[in-house]
Amino acid sequence: MSAALEVRGLSVTFGRALVLSEVTATVEHGEWVALIGPNGAGKSTLLRALAGLVAFTGGASVQDQDVGSLARRQLAMLIALVPQRPTTPSELTVAEYVLLGRTPHIGYFATERLWDRLAAERAMARLDLRHFSDRLLGSLSGGELQRTVLARALAQEAPILLLDEPTSALDLGRQQEALELIDGLRRESGLTVVSAMHDLSLAGQYADRLLLIDQGRIVAEGSPQAVLSEQAIAAHYGARIRVIRENGSLFVLPLRKES
Amino acid sequence: MLEPPRQEVQRVIKTCARCGRPFGCGHGEPGCWCEAVLLRPETLATIRAVSVDCLCPTCLAAFAEEEGATENPAKRDVQKRSATSWAKALPHAAVRSRGVSVVWGLAAVIFLMGSLLGALAVGPAQIGAASIIGSVLSHLPFLHISSPLRGVDEAILWQVRGPRVILAALVGGMLAIAGSAYQGVFRNPLADPYLLGVAAGAGLGATLAIAYWGAGNYSGVLLPVAAFAGAALAVGGAYVLGRSADGARSTSTLILAGLIVALFMTAIQTFVQQQRSDTLRDVYAWILGGFGAADWHAVVVIAPYIAVSSAVIFMHRRVLDVLSLGDDEAASLGLNPRRARLLLVLVATAGTAAAVAVSGLIGFVGIIVPHTVRLLVSPSYRAIIPLSLLIGAGFLVLADVLARSLMSPAELPIGVVTAFFGAPFFAVLLRTSKRRAS
Repeated sequence: MSAALEVRGLSVTFGRALVLSEVTATVEHGEWVALIGPNGAGKSTLLRALAGLVAFTGGASVQDQDVGSLARRQLAMLIALVPQRPTTPSELTVAEYVLLGRTPHIGYFATERLWDRLAAERAMARLDLRHFSDRLLGSLSGGELQRTVLARALAQEAPILLLDEPTSALDLGRQQEALELIDGLRRESGLTVVSAMHDLSLAGQYADRLLLIDQGRIVAEGSPQAVLSEQAIAAHYGARIRVIRENGSLFVLPLRKES
Repeated sequence: MLEPPRQEVQRVIKTCARCGRPFGCGHGEPGCWCEAVLLRPETLATIRAVSVDCLCPTCLAAFAEEEGATENPAKRDVQKRSATSWAKALPHAAVRSRGVSVVWGLAAVIFLMGSLLGALAVGPAQIGAASIIGSVLSHLPFLHISSPLRGVDEAILWQVRGPRVILAALVGGMLAIAGSAYQGVFRNPLADPYLLGVAAGAGLGATLAIAYWGAGNYSGVLLPVAAFAGAALAVGGAYVLGRSADGARSTSTLILAGLIVALFMTAIQTFVQQQRSDTLRDVYAWILGGFGAADWHAVVVIAPYIAVSSAVIFMHRRVLDVLSLGDDEAASLGLNPRRARLLLVLVATAGTAAAVAVSGLIGFVGIIVPHTVRLLVSPSYRAIIPLSLLIGAGFLVLADVLARSLMSPAELPIGVVTAFFGAPFFAVLLRTSKRRAS
């Protein structure tokens, strides 16, 4: 079977700044790949380029179809993007917001039909939101809001889910909850997940593979065990850390400067 | 694809609505057996018509088989993949957008009808509501009802009040729906139909027409044409300017460009007024707006613009909701936000320019009406767009009645009336809704 996502020599420039340079990577079906790297490394830009929001040079294909040649709507049927800070109009209900995820399936001048409502309901049921239908987005807690945004992406029924910092606004418990949910969705529905992540321990625990990006280039790639070395993280993040390996899990701990 | 793991599902015993046999139902929770049955959306709709609750496995399988027998299998597979089954019931049926509920829709229609009837009845010559309805019916073909009105009243109704009331309704509806479209497109609650220099452009066009071609041509052809041309020129200029700055990518650039064009045109207008100060009064009267010179000709001229413009905006009501997520997210949902915005601005402006050309500059309608709907009914454009059209029409008709009857026989400028009554009403609404929310 061909890859879910394939990127060959992808570069992005903003004005004169080279944000991504010759990125080449492959993501298999059903895989969870985490993009890690310091702030401004180009993780978000890579996700946005794949979602067709940023112009790029080089090649990118989704399920063997060239991203550049796909119509916006077709691309949106294949890729759902959850941005880092999604716009959640506080006056919309959860149901209305999740239904907006059906946009690629609805004609430009049309409104949603029965099966769109059913797809939205299915997504809400999967994320345990069925009793929240009529709640306004403004009245939800951070964790509930994150589930609602995920439900919108799920209602899009795209086989590939791109997540930009899915846990950045959540407390520890909600972070785990959200990541477990994403992992569950991936296993049940065969979704392919690519997520940019800041928390290296969580990235190592949930992702199958990590791509370490620094200054627009992929500098390391492979299993969490291989990528999360004290040396590499110290070099690219400029951080003092310890990596603890225990029971097959990795923990990346920051250290304070010794005085 | 990975096989979904069979998890334990809480089941209840239900009776199948089709065959009457009992079966275990997971109530639509993930992992229920019904997820394994693939049905096309159309078939699901058929099942929904039979039963609002779930069906038993046997009956569901029968539906699946039936659909397989009538469909080309290759085609079926494609469609099945895009819409997997959801054979469960919708006990809440809550997954829907709040559009226009029946109550609000009816209320808006009654409000519009009532204001039309009231506006036709009120005036120096008293005409009863029943006679008006009789007279309207007498003009319908094939009914053969004779009008209950005398010749003079008939003429007042059809030649004086009729066109005036209809024109006010068209202009009011247009300004309100254009206002809601602008607010959605620019994601700015303060946007109004005159945002991109429409008012200044139309004002300049009208001033030139009055100053150099004489006040006698007012109700004629020239003034509306000049106002329309000025409005179109202003918005075109604003768009080109905004685009040259940053490709019209951000909405704020476009608004700034509109402001620059408006200031420039206002400067020219002031200059012209200084040169021809004898026409100042006429220009001022036009700018304040009104329907004193309304006739059927004006109605016929602007009706097509307003009909097309409101129809296109109406068809964008869901797109406007998507745009409320911002350009990036709208784009990742498969929409081209720039193209949608251009189309909406274009039609809203054309409609506004047509309205301004016959009515002058009438403020407040485009802001007050959409916000009233937003506060009272729903913030979704599904509700705002259609209700704004109806309520805006009724509101301006009522404002025109006040404009011509408060100081009768003199007429107040209608812009004064809309602001005088609209602003306090809106202030009260804002306060009460704030209190309700907190």
